[in-house]
Amino acid sequence: MALLEVTDVRRAFGGLAAVDGVSFTVKPGQIKGIIGPNGAGKTTLFNLISGLLKPDAGRITFRGRSITGLKPYEIAGAGLSRTFQNPSLFLQMNVLENVMVGRHCRTRWGFLGCGLRWPGQAREERAIREAARAQLDVVGLAHLAGWSAGALPFGQRRMVELARALATEPAMLLLDEPASGLNTREKEDLGRLIRQIRDRGITVLLVEHDMSVVMGLSDDLLVLYNGRPIAEGAPAAVQNDPRVIRVYLGEDLQNDESGGDAPPRAPATPPATCCSR
Amino acid sequence: MPRLRLLFLLALFPVMVAGAQLGLRAAGMEYCLTQLTMSVYYALVVMGLCLLMGYAGQVSLGHGAFFALGGYTTAVLTTHDFSGIRACAGVGVLERAGLLVAQQDLYGQAGLSVAPWAAFAAAMLLTFVVALLIGYPALRLRGHYLAMATLGFTLIVSKLLLGSALTGSADGIHGVPEWKLLPGLTVSGRSALRVQNYYLACGLALLLLLGLRNLLRSRVGRALLAIHDRETAANAMGINTAAYKLKVFVLSALLAALAGVFFTHYTGGIAPSEAGALKSVRYVALAAAGGMANLWGVTVMSIALNYCSLRGWFGSYDNAVFGALLILIISLAPEGPLKPLGLWLRRLAGRPDPERRTPHGAP
Ligand SMILES: Nc1ncnc2c1ncn2[C@@H]1O[C@H](COP(=O)(O)OP(=O)(O)OP(=O)(O)O)[C@@H](O)[C@H]1O
Ligand SMILES: [Mg+2]
Repeated sequence: MALLEVTDVRRAFGGLAAVDGVSFTVKPGQIKGIIGPNGAGKTTLFNLISGLLKPDAGRITFRGRSITGLKPYEIAGAGLSRTFQNPSLFLQMNVLENVMVGRHCRTRWGFLGCGLRWPGQAREERAIREAARAQLDVVGLAHLAGWSAGALPFGQRRMVELARALATEPAMLLLDEPASGLNTREKEDLGRLIRQIRDRGITVLLVEHDMSVVMGLSDDLLVLYNGRPIAEGAPAAVQNDPRVIRVYLGEDLQNDESGGDAPPRAPATPPATCCSR
Repeated sequence: MPRLRLLFLLALFPVMVAGAQLGLRAAGMEYCLTQLTMSVYYALVVMGLCLLMGYAGQVSLGHGAFFALGGYTTAVLTTHDFSGIRACAGVGVLERAGLLVAQQDLYGQAGLSVAPWAAFAAAMLLTFVVALLIGYPALRLRGHYLAMATLGFTLIVSKLLLGSALTGSADGIHGVPEWKLLPGLTVSGRSALRVQNYYLACGLALLLLLGLRNLLRSRVGRALLAIHDRETAANAMGINTAAYKLKVFVLSALLAALAGVFFTHYTGGIAPSEAGALKSVRYVALAAAGGMANLWGVTVMSIALNYCSLRGWFGSYDNAVFGALLILIISLAPEGPLKPLGLWLRRLAGRPDPERRTPHGAP
């Protein structure tokens, strides 16, 4: 049975259909990749799944239960966590506290118990701290626990965000371009880490621009273009799909014409030529 | 490390409190304790604002009105003569339960009023309901809706208090009885009880400070900070942001009302100026002066500045001083004057900030 099932989901902004008629499933234990040129609707799709946006139409089921229209915190509680394309750490807190926030939906004590520092609450607080440290260890940043989150370089912010998402004990993790802004070594570490996360039993849905990362990691790939799915299947099959090649070549041509005011990001080279793994 | 700091503060606060009292006594100025006690009660309001504004990032311009709501509720219930309802069924039961007590008014006339403890409970309950009604619609949305809603609330409360005979119109209410909290512990403005009431107010402030400090160093405190920082990410990480904003708003309103109740029993009355928009703005200015998200800072700053104000040091520029303070802080030290001062002292002592290191100190 599928862990996540997205059925005919649609979302428009004004007249623009950012996501239109997208259906796919994710099986437990999979790493599924989503690719597509800029503006294809990948982030919008993630926002729909994680509840930050409500779909205009369609249905989303997670662990056999509909999560369509649920609030983001309810979806996180249901075991579906995410990271953001632009790392969004809480900058007034240190690194450890950021990860501790991830434990929120797995802990219970409220205003009164916390204010009185009830014995059970104090115990829970210690457990939160330990669990958060363990997640920081997983991403290899335990030594930065006391650092101010705002003082970290971009790549490490991504990793802290990943630890924060892991701290929610998700059954499934949505990663929005986790490799962007990372250097080559960091990308390799990230690839290893994502596989390790999958091996711990967490299903991964991954949006990524960097073809070498996504082709090497994904068991299964979905290609979006202008909000619509245009290909789905094993990476080897998808990268030879003529429609996919055309979309990526076309995108390249547009980029050449539009000059240099677009933000720098990994070039959208056709996947057929860049699969390094 | 944090535990050491807590012990230090726990020792420092009582020493400061006792030092102020003994110093004033030695100087023959013990009468100043009255204004100091009032400042401590005002500081409770600002402590609540520290949570709401400094931590959760929600602005309220209605905390003066909540203070007044608490104060007026207890003032009306404990001074109004309810003997007219003596004939009603059940009143006898209330009287026997101690909820209603025989009371003499200013002219020595016997009457029947609500006991202070019961009035206190009623004030808190009323504030709870009112804060829910204001906060629920305003806090489901993101943005400055709470500031607008609470400002509206302030204007309504001011108008009602000024226009109603029940609340004494422009004069407010006088002759509020003292409140026997516990045997030997009475909230009262009698000069014989001045020292006792000073320590009572400071003890209450310390208890609340400790409770709020615990709260802020827990998952609740982190949730509030997270909401302030990035509401969307907080929600996506499993925090019910709307519920937390509402709860912290209600909590801060209850603190303001609590302060209002004690203040009213202490001073023996309350005036409509307590509910005015200028008072609410003053509380915001005091929270800013203390550094917003700095519980001890806002407490100390608001005690100090309110004391100066109550002693009349600002003369007829009283309100203008707080307005100027707000402008100065926002333009010169948005985090409040205490934090730069603290960092400066640390650097003077040659110590880096321990918890929040920046790359400069990094390997
Ligand atoms: N909140 C919004 N309001 C209006 N338009 C939006 C909004 N969010 C996204 N869009 C539009 O929807 C389309 C899809 O955007 P989306 O961010 O989902 O693309 P993406 O595939 O994540 O692109 P990228 O690779 O650049 O991250 C774009 O045309 C974008 O301008
Ligand atoms: Mg995107």
